[in-house]
Amino acid sequence: MKEDELKKTIYQMLKEIAPDTEPLNLKDEENIQETLYIDSYDALQFIVALDERLGVEIPEQDYGKVKSIKDLISYLKTKIKIT
Amino acid sequence: MIEFQMPSLGADMEDGTLVAWKKKPGDFVSRGDIIAEVETQKGLIEIEVFDQGILGELLIKEGTKVAVGTVMALIREKSEIDVEKEVIELQPIEEKVAFEISPKITEERKQKITPLARRIAVENNIDFSKIIGTGEDGAITKEDIEKAQTLKYQHFKIGNGEEKFAKKEILIKKEIIESATESIRMAVAAAMSKSNKEIPHYYIEKKIDMSKALKWLQEANKNRTVKERLLPASLLIKATALALVEFPDLNATWNNGLQLKKEINIGFVVSLRTGGIIVPAIHQANTKTIDEIMAALNDIIPRARALKLRSSELSDSTITITNIGEGGAETVFGVIYPPQVAIIGFGSSIELPFAENGMLGIRTVIKVTLAGDHRATDGLIGSRFLSSINKYLLNPELL
Repeated sequence: MKEDELKKTIYQMLKEIAPDTEPLNLKDEENIQETLYIDSYDALQFIVALDERLGVEIPEQDYGKVKSIKDLISYLKTKIKIT
Repeated sequence: MIEFQMPSLGADMEDGTLVAWKKKPGDFVSRGDIIAEVETQKGLIEIEVFDQGILGELLIKEGTKVAVGTVMALIREKSEIDVEKEVIELQPIEEKVAFEISPKITEERKQKITPLARRIAVENNIDFSKIIGTGEDGAITKEDIEKAQTLKYQHFKIGNGEEKFAKKEILIKKEIIESATESIRMAVAAAMSKSNKEIPHYYIEKKIDMSKALKWLQEANKNRTVKERLLPASLLIKATALALVEFPDLNATWNNGLQLKKEINIGFVVSLRTGGIIVPAIHQANTKTIDEIMAALNDIIPRARALKLRSSELSDSTITITNIGEGGAETVFGVIYPPQVAIIGFGSSIELPFAENGMLGIRTVIKVTLAGDHRATDGLIGSRFLSSINKYLLNPELL
């Protein structure tokens, strides 16, 4: 998967979880959950979506490593092949 | 004959609009069956029936707004059916039932239409009897209704570019969301005003060391797939439910005196992203396992957000929990939902210096509050109750 495709998929998933927000305006370093006002329940739905669409199961102890788009992409790079 | 009435889904509900009958005359209904869909301030609610029998006359037309308590249909009890058995055999039920609704409406019922499409049609006064459905088996879909709406709209406005179609569709969706948001706002306003006017609240707070509970949760989640993972909220709900078994005076309603409730049905506050709250009930939470509570949350949260709950979920709560979750305010003092007598507020989890047995350490802490109805209980009961919640969260293996 190409990095820009991956990013697009992530934005899409966030838009589904928080339809009234504009994930595209999210800066790469910003805290996703805080900026888009995503609660713990929806945060878990995002983790579930990452597993379902990308096949990456993020263990609970790694939640801290995926707080921003930038961190999330670096994390995903260690799990799936991204060009 | 049993009268099936428009139920009250909260102290603030005065009326509801019948959107669709889900059963037809002659159908056998039993407790828990969904008999109708009703549009209320809290969204499109599936109304359950609490009796058993054969559905008789439908007295209310679909699309009609009726007050709480209005008789909407008649249900014939089993005993009545036995007595009238011979008559029934001679006269099939379908023919025997007197329809008060016009033949045109009866025809409409035969036409297949999805619930969402029906809702949009009713809300926008669209006569769907003439629409040819494009869905499965010719069912009318949301898209068909929206298209009809667009065409209706275009009688007034010139121009039919594709973009305009799309814009109008978005506009319709936005209007539906906005009207739901507004009515929920009004429902919250009515209930909270009543509470503030009638209930003398008292407030108490306790800090709970969550280290053990969260460690237990982390261990439990290690062996679970992503979908099966538990959220801290499930532990908070179970601990509260168990503590309520010890303090039944808080699991009650006040109506010219204290009325204890047999079941512990926890109303869990779900915030809507567009504003407002919905409080669906988790039934008999004290008897559920943590996994069952989590499954209940996974079931009701998305439905609450989509404003699609069942009547029992909106009307059965015996107490309320509001949970701020991660990263939010540290303390929340609730306003009691009448006629309940207590609301429990869990703040966000925070790391704090925590002294225990003369030692100081850093612990993850949650501040739990109780707002109690002072007519029903006193601070002492409230304080013991919070200590009981604390006891369960310090010993998660008890949950």
